[in-house]
Amino acid sequence: MKLREVVDLLNATVVSGKHHLDSEVEYSFASDLMSDVLTIEKDNILLLTGLANLQTIRTAEMSEITKIIFVRKKKATPEMIQLAEENDMILIECDYSMFKASGMLFNAGMKPVY
Amino acid sequence: MEFEFIVEGGNFIKAGTASSQLKKILKQLNVDPKVVKRVVVALYEAEVNIVAHAYSGVVQITISTESINIRLVDEGPGIPDINLAMQTGYSTASSEVREMGFGAGMGLPNMKNNSDVLNITSEVGKGTIVEMSFFLNQ
Repeated sequence: MKLREVVDLLNATVVSGKHHLDSEVEYSFASDLMSDVLTIEKDNILLLTGLANLQTIRTAEMSEITKIIFVRKKKATPEMIQLAEENDMILIECDYSMFKASGMLFNAGMKPVY
Repeated sequence: MEFEFIVEGGNFIKAGTASSQLKKILKQLNVDPKVVKRVVVALYEAEVNIVAHAYSGVVQITISTESINIRLVDEGPGIPDINLAMQTGYSTASSEVREMGFGAGMGLPNMKNNSDVLNITSEVGKGTIVEMSFFLNQ
C-alpha cells in the first residue's frame, strides 16, 4: 500500500516527511509500548501508536522504522518533528482510535508483523 | 576504536543519544544492518534503564574487527536480585517511566536476545555494570 492511500483512508494529516507519501508499506504494527516495538525484527514497517513523545521517535530510529501514525488525536511536538526530520521519517496524525485505524488498514490489505 | 558517552539519570529528553551516535558510527563503518539494529536496540534499552533507574552512568564502547563490546557503568540503587530482574514482565519502573512507553519488564530480556554475551553485576546502593558483546563476521 502506498502511504498516500493510508493517509486518505484514515483521513489523516502528514506533519513531517511529505516526500515519503509515495513509498510503499506492506506490514504494520500497533503498540503504545515501546519495549514491544523494540522486539520487532522486520524493517520498513508502519508503526501505529498512541504514545506521542520523544522516545517514540528514538525507538523508531533504533528499530529502523521511518513511518509512524499517531492515533487517538495524539499530536507530534516540535521536538519530535525535528528528530523525525533528522532521521528522515514521515509522521502522520490520525483522529481515529488505534482499533479503528488498525481495522481499516487490515481490511485494506495491510499485513500484521505476526 | 573506543568511544565514551555520559548518560544522565532521569533525563528522558536525552535518553537514546548514545545509541543514536553509535548507530551513525556503525553505519559509517559499513557494519551489517542486521547487526547494527541488534546493537543499537540493546544499547537503547540499557540507556533507558540508566535514565529510568540510576543517577548517572557512563557508556564505554570498543569496536574491533571481531566484535563490538559495550560496558555501561552506573551509579544508582543497584539490582537486589538480578535473576528476578531478568524475568520478562518484572519491573520496578516508576509511572513516569511507564508513560514514556517503557517499564514493562522487557528491557533486560530484550538486551539478552539481541546480544551474543550479556553480563550484569550489581551492588545494592552503589550501582550496576552491564557488559554486552556482539560478534561480527558470524
